Amino acid sequence: MKFRTFAAFVGPSLLMMFLFIALPLGSVFLQSFQLTQQKFETVEVETCTPGFPNATCVTEAKTQPIFGDDGKPLTETTWVGLQSYHNVLEMERVRDALSNANFSQWMTIDFWKALRFTLTFTLITLPLVLGMGLLIALVINQASKSVRGPVIFVSLLPMIITPVIGALSIRWLFIGDGILTSMLEQWLDRDIAMFAQAWTIELMMMLYRVWHVAPFAAIIFYAGLQTVNQDTLESAVIDGASTWERLRYVIVPHLMPLIMFVTLIHLMDSYRVFEEIVGFSSQAHVISLQWLTYDFLTPDDAGNRSISRASASAMLTMIGIVILLIPVLRRTWRDHKGS
Amino acid sequence: MSSRALRPSFGLRLSSQAFLVIWCVIAAFPIFWIAVMSFKIPVDAFADSPWQVIVGPETRDRGMGLSLLDIIAGIALIVFSLRFATGRLGKLVVAWSPPGRTWLGWIIGVLASAILFLVAFFGVLPAIMGPLNAVTGPLGRDIIGLTTEHYETVWLERGFLNNFKNSLIVTSGVVLVSLTVGTLAGYGLARSGSTLAFWILIIALIFRALPHSVLVAGYLPFFINSAEFLSPILGENAPTLYGKPMATIAVLVAINQPFTIWMLRSFFHNIPSELDEAARVDGCSHFEAFRRVIMPVMWPGVITTGLFSFLLGYNDFLVTSLLLDAQNQTMVPAIVGMFNRETTTTDQVVAVAAAVSITAPLLILVLFFQRQIVSGLTAGAVKG
Repeated sequence: MKFRTFAAFVGPSLLMMFLFIALPLGSVFLQSFQLTQQKFETVEVETCTPGFPNATCVTEAKTQPIFGDDGKPLTETTWVGLQSYHNVLEMERVRDALSNANFSQWMTIDFWKALRFTLTFTLITLPLVLGMGLLIALVINQASKSVRGPVIFVSLLPMIITPVIGALSIRWLFIGDGILTSMLEQWLDRDIAMFAQAWTIELMMMLYRVWHVAPFAAIIFYAGLQTVNQDTLESAVIDGASTWERLRYVIVPHLMPLIMFVTLIHLMDSYRVFEEIVGFSSQAHVISLQWLTYDFLTPDDAGNRSISRASASAMLTMIGIVILLIPVLRRTWRDHKGS
Repeated sequence: MSSRALRPSFGLRLSSQAFLVIWCVIAAFPIFWIAVMSFKIPVDAFADSPWQVIVGPETRDRGMGLSLLDIIAGIALIVFSLRFATGRLGKLVVAWSPPGRTWLGWIIGVLASAILFLVAFFGVLPAIMGPLNAVTGPLGRDIIGLTTEHYETVWLERGFLNNFKNSLIVTSGVVLVSLTVGTLAGYGLARSGSTLAFWILIIALIFRALPHSVLVAGYLPFFINSAEFLSPILGENAPTLYGKPMATIAVLVAINQPFTIWMLRSFFHNIPSELDEAARVDGCSHFEAFRRVIMPVMWPGVITTGLFSFLLGYNDFLVTSLLLDAQNQTMVPAIVGMFNRETTTTDQVVAVAAAVSITAPLLILVLFFQRQIVSGLTAGAVKG
């Protein structure tokens, strides 16, 4: 294909990605070193109250926003260097906490709290998703043909449901004396409040994420299982391999590329964990990196959005993504050069 | 299993079947449960015992309920409609629509049957069952409490209809634009083996991994002040992009683009390139070859990719909640606002009803497009 034709086909898509992904990325990078604030001026105002024999007059300095010709408040943008990063990371509080060797004090700082949760969430859900996915795929593969269709239909439901709604539906099962909480209470014979402390909320979030993603892994593994070489399996049986050994030495190596694929997608997606925080309204106990940026971007009570802090936390979030992607990119590059 | 030697032992088969049943219950239960809750008054919906939630005695005592006859008639109507939709409807569409315009026939057919079903289910059925219940004695007595009042509150009083309309605009915009742009790019990338194409795909993969809040942090300041930025080019009527559905559509399309081009590329890979080469030999340019030879055979892949674009636009919370103003709000952010504000238990059940309303279209989607969704997932994985 000639370059010009190629450019004509790919052009619109590249333009979209450039305008709405690459450019914003660049501007976030710049914004994280800038601070945009309203301009204020200090004026001296003399207020007098009538009195006898003389009026009492007070002169005081007042700060007030400057308005432009169009009646809008003027803003000015200044370069502040690493100030926003500093505000997000709060290094001196970290140093303080570390010198006291106090972990829970360290975890009161928003950014580190979010980082801690995001990483544990990602690393704990990953093996669970892979294991559940493989198990479901194997079981569907064993089932008779007539049940497979309906079972796949039911399995798809947790995957396609709106994430916020999915999290909400789990929340409604547990909230207050929700149906599952009261069952747990009967079973353990004690009072349980699932939304009162951080670790139960985190547990429910991981539960939800596994429920939400396992079907995706299962369907991909199920497709892979269709291409397992039946002859190899049969010779494994003749050689006396047990079911477990066949799974370990024939099926899993065959599925390895798919397992890598699901791992990659899951790492990308669970690193961006966000909807769970909204669905469980857990911001008082548990927050994630993406939620932190979201929170900076939503207007506060005075109607201001802290854009520069959001940009700083967004750039810090990006570092994690880069670390995550480096091994993948190196492998793809090697494959590409090899072929 | 083809061979006897590979038949699992009895114990293994039993435990795998048991696991299958447990998994299906786990997968469907939360969705089933919010659907049940949404039809009950709060006392029943938040009751301790599961039985009370399902049967809803308090709801029934308020005179809102279903008799055995109602249930049988309702199930019969649903089964009949499903049979019709999956069997007869297809034949009717093919027979009645003008040749070459089958897709138009499908749209009209599906819309007509959906409207017909809604009229029959909510209009005709209650009208018939009312008098029938009165004369059949014990069969006609209410056994299950059920009320649709929360749905009425959501859709009529809380203005959910407006949110639904906005969701419809944003979602259909996202699907249309991202398919048009993505199909061209996917075809170009699949047919070009150059290093440039490889790098474009790798960069797309990196973009796929970006958290959406990072991007929104880039849009917000520009969108809010866009009237000033754009006025040198567009003059007086430069728009403020913040709050405009069109701007949000463009953003969602761009975010969705990496995934779309990866998926469509793998579909185009499966279409033999001999097809367009033959057309080129016959004197077509690349674009003509694409239009005359590739377009007629690409629809399965495009429909599948469209389904995933639909899910992205429909399910999005982060981008729409930050970039749209209250007036143009879509359904998902609206419900989050609703349940954050909720104070009484009635409000909570209303929020549940809204959640079920959002989920229902997705259920129908899976029902009809299960095969496409599965093939889309596996195509991306095996080839990507």
